[in-house]
Amino acid sequence: MEKADKPSTRLIDLFLAFARVGMLTFGGGVAMLPMLERECVQRFGWVNNDELTDYFAIGQCTPGIIAVNTATFVGSKQRGALGAAVATLGVISPSIVIILIIAAVLNGFADNPYVIHAFAGIRAAVCALMVNAVVRLCKSNVRDWFGLALAAAAFVLTVVIDISPVFPVLGAAILGIFAGMFTERGGKQ
Amino acid sequence: MSIYFTLFWEFFKTGLFAIGGGMATLPFLSSMAERFPWLTQEQLANMIAVSESTPGPLGINCATYAGYNAAGVPGAIIASISEVLPSYIIILIISKMLRRFSQSKYVSFAFGGLRPAATGLIAAAAWGVVSIVLFNFSAFASGGIAAVFNIGAAAVFALMMVLTNIKPLKKLHPLYFIAFAAVLGIVFEL
Repeated sequence: MEKADKPSTRLIDLFLAFARVGMLTFGGGVAMLPMLERECVQRFGWVNNDELTDYFAIGQCTPGIIAVNTATFVGSKQRGALGAAVATLGVISPSIVIILIIAAVLNGFADNPYVIHAFAGIRAAVCALMVNAVVRLCKSNVRDWFGLALAAAAFVLTVVIDISPVFPVLGAAILGIFAGMFTERGGKQ
Repeated sequence: MSIYFTLFWEFFKTGLFAIGGGMATLPFLSSMAERFPWLTQEQLANMIAVSESTPGPLGINCATYAGYNAAGVPGAIIASISEVLPSYIIILIISKMLRRFSQSKYVSFAFGGLRPAATGLIAAAAWGVVSIVLFNFSAFASGGIAAVFNIGAAAVFALMMVLTNIKPLKKLHPLYFIAFAAVLGIVFEL
């Protein structure tokens, strides 16, 4: 297999590789790593495993969806801003097509009693899935009193006072920086 | 204001401030459901089920679904692209200074605050859906405590909480639980 130099990566390959990633992974996040590895590392050699791990780590601490961020990184490394756009569109286009079909079909059956009952059951199951997801997130993200206070504050602010989630996000980032600088200084003394 | 511009602006904000993957977009969708007529908390729950059962990132699936409900196919495309636009721009900038960003102590400090807050926001969004699906608070005045629970949905919820947390079933794909709940819904006419 030829070594993929920057100019020799075809845009259509970028698009199709990421379209396959988007089409074949359920749930997003870490579930996407094996597919990304297969396409970007093993199949095309666009990046090595270390780079992919870096992209993934940065994807987790930048806004947006991790798989999309990784696509932007890989595309940009191969073909600059245009490559990034093509890879990003590649990863989202299967979702757009599949969901459009489902949404159109579902809306067509919206008055069907079976569909109505099925979705009443499904909504209850989604509640359970969400409770589980929140418990998992709490276990991995809320590790000390500072974290608990921030999580509780974000919950109360949006549920009770009903403010936009933008403000807790910005506030928590600023508080995190202050807290980090504070404990760092405390550690040095 | 045109619906397309509203969609662009709302999903651009979502893409910019939802940090930590698909679930992090829920608080923003939940907030849209409160403010706009084209999305309800119930649709949000349906949408999560559809997104979990179909391939692709959850955040994109939800954006497409919400955009379609709001303004058809053009709405779906605008919502999805607007959601990825902020991260596209940010990643293009960061990719030039990759190492410096990932090793910056200020970035890791900020995330020390962002992760727990994002968890609180997702919990709030989950509560928004749970409170609509499982409870019927307006019935409290007429029927007392028992009327507050939406009995059928609460029973399915309780069953699913047990099934999704017992050992051999725990690792199953959410699709199986969603399909089983759909069957229960049809059989018991929820």
